[in-house]
Amino acid sequence: MPAVRVCPATGRTIHRQAELLVRFNAVVAVVALLIGAIAALLLVLTRWQAVHLLPAEWYYRLLGVHGMNMLIFFIIFFEMAVLWFAATVLLNARPAAPRFGWVNFGLMVVGALIVEWTQFTGRADVLFTSYPPLKAHPLYYLGIILFAVGALLVTAQFFATLVIAKREKTYEGSMPLVVYGAVTAAIIAVITLIHGALIYIPTFLWSIGVIESIDPQVYRMIWWALGHSSQQINVAAMVAIWYMLGALTVGSVVLNEKVSRSAFVLYIMFISMASAHHLLVDPGFSPAWKIVNTSYFMYMAVLASMVHGFTVPAGMELGMRLRGFNDGLFGWLRRAPWGDPGFSSLVFSVVVFGFVGGITGVTLGTEQINIIAHNTMRIPGHFHSTVVSGTALAFMGATYYLLPLIFRRKVAFWKLAKVQPYLFAGGLLLLVMGMTFAGSFGVPRRHWDISFSQAPFDVPFNPAVDIFLAMMGIGGIIAVTGALAFILIAVTSVFFGETVTEFPRGAEIRGIPQGLTNPPVHPANVDELNAALHAPERGFAGATPGTLVLVGVFLLAFILYYFTNWKLLSFLWKIG
Amino acid sequence: MLTKVHTGLEPVPGIWWRPAHKAEKIWVGIAFAWCMVLFAMMPLWHYRGGQNPAGVRTRVDPKAFYARTVEFANQYKIAEDRGIPIVQPPPGADVYLVGTTFSWYPILQLQAGKEYMLHLSSADVNHGFSLFPMNINFQIVPGYDYALRVTPTTAGDFRIVCNEFCGIGHHTMVGRVIVVDESGSTVADNAKATLKNGGAP
Repeated sequence: MPAVRVCPATGRTIHRQAELLVRFNAVVAVVALLIGAIAALLLVLTRWQAVHLLPAEWYYRLLGVHGMNMLIFFIIFFEMAVLWFAATVLLNARPAAPRFGWVNFGLMVVGALIVEWTQFTGRADVLFTSYPPLKAHPLYYLGIILFAVGALLVTAQFFATLVIAKREKTYEGSMPLVVYGAVTAAIIAVITLIHGALIYIPTFLWSIGVIESIDPQVYRMIWWALGHSSQQINVAAMVAIWYMLGALTVGSVVLNEKVSRSAFVLYIMFISMASAHHLLVDPGFSPAWKIVNTSYFMYMAVLASMVHGFTVPAGMELGMRLRGFNDGLFGWLRRAPWGDPGFSSLVFSVVVFGFVGGITGVTLGTEQINIIAHNTMRIPGHFHSTVVSGTALAFMGATYYLLPLIFRRKVAFWKLAKVQPYLFAGGLLLLVMGMTFAGSFGVPRRHWDISFSQAPFDVPFNPAVDIFLAMMGIGGIIAVTGALAFILIAVTSVFFGETVTEFPRGAEIRGIPQGLTNPPVHPANVDELNAALHAPERGFAGATPGTLVLVGVFLLAFILYYFTNWKLLSFLWKIG
Repeated sequence: MLTKVHTGLEPVPGIWWRPAHKAEKIWVGIAFAWCMVLFAMMPLWHYRGGQNPAGVRTRVDPKAFYARTVEFANQYKIAEDRGIPIVQPPPGADVYLVGTTFSWYPILQLQAGKEYMLHLSSADVNHGFSLFPMNINFQIVPGYDYALRVTPTTAGDFRIVCNEFCGIGHHTMVGRVIVVDESGSTVADNAKATLKNGGAP
């Protein structure tokens, strides 16, 4: 088999080894997603108090399994695929030391298998966070260390591939914005994985008796520099995919490279310290420490997300307007390809991540407001709207394009694929709202039985809580159905899908997203059109008035939610 | 002014450090100003607000903290409920509450409108202090004494739910706090408290 091929849709050079690495990482990611999704279904049917399916032991065990498979294995294997894709396919470069890539992939798989074994056999009932003095089997920590080392080395290969691309001049000028986003993700990954080593290596030594004790507060601080920073890898990778899907589906343009790239730099500079917002009601830190880390530092990362929250939809708007969809404020949005699962995934990912995940995240991460949120169901309510309906959905949308481009297969069950993003995002929205509202009544997260049937005292929750838990349960079932539909589509396409050899222009083919056969090309005089749209007489709203309205609505929702929470806080006892 | 129209998938030739359009500048400006409001609210609430996770934070040996709590409970014990002492310290006193797998010790009886110094810690693993139905939540870490100045403003019969996973019996860990009003009678108005404080987002 030749070492390179030319992509029939995009004309890019694709290296066989890089392509295989993308494929294998993506396939393992989907396997982890399957395990995590089955666990999710069982968990949501347990937390829905009216159903209360699992026994206590298995509830806590599967909670750990769910966290590991979704937040670590699914997402990081997929991110490894994104790194290989961005460095080789998008830069037309050959991969650095591909054989070594397989060694690292093997390390990650072995590490993951060890973790799964310890968890399923009840040797690691410490949940995802494994706060000491709770102690798991030493192999649990060792498995995570192996996985992290593998991931760190792949990141190094990614940087090496960038150097190769630059040296061999595979592209001219500056690297594309999407690759720049992937570089951001990779840099944050290095910071994150170093913190992982700093905390898991001593914890492993503690578990085998070499170190006498681990300070529980220090553990919480360093662990969250891993636990939350790893979510910032996701954010950076997700935003990069937003720009990519925008370009592929509607011909999104980059409004201003300076603004978008500066926003990525803000992520790198400020996001690690922002992990402190997990420790806002912890005893080990002073208010000054908490405020500095969660204000100056976190809010500069928030600023970055608010910038992308403007530039991504504005790029879509301008891309559509330049292609002639120039009617009114929202004509570009109405006439967008809503039947393309790549596009609908993109839109729901942006909207739910921003409106729900972003607003709740910043509010809960406020020093004092955290008093009415810490460890309640509001927390999983928040991060399911960021990591799941944000990152996971963006990855799913990208997969609908990767299947024909990289796996060279048609997307199976095309009709199901078209509704899958709606199903997944809709279910998650219900789940997230159910969790958030239940949490507002003080319902704890990570808790097997809020009827407290075995407790010494009753805890009579407001009856409204039952409605919110039912909402969570039904939403969870719909969301898991959406996830399983995605897995079915992906696995069937990869192993039994029809081969794609060409992308005939203008044709509409079942199983191939419209962006590949009807690529959103701009007309030849696009630069003139762009100048006209930016003409001074169009006022300050310029070329993207629709997006300006949308972000205005966003800001109002943000302000309302934020100050409502301060008001609720003021009703509490006096504490200080 | 404008760069050549391009997508995020294409490399950018030449210099791309160009001025942004007005709309972008306005949005970045508004977003930055909003972030400064977010920042200012936290120090402001320390001055003007009544709820802050500040307190006095010290390191403590978990065994010593447990012994201190038992001593405190014996000193002010007035009754017992399900084998756990009900303790009524005088207003202004240092009050101790310890989490152990899987119970809270002791039961506190406090007076509404009076300030207490509430010391929270753990004898073993991490626990979560969650006062029901007020929805006041604090992290409890073994080895650290979290002393908070607390003034209960509402009388009632309250619960402490553990909301940090502490082992397989975690969901059975519930404690009790009683707040009496000025007349000294226990007013169990949980229902009212729920309606007043449990609502909305």
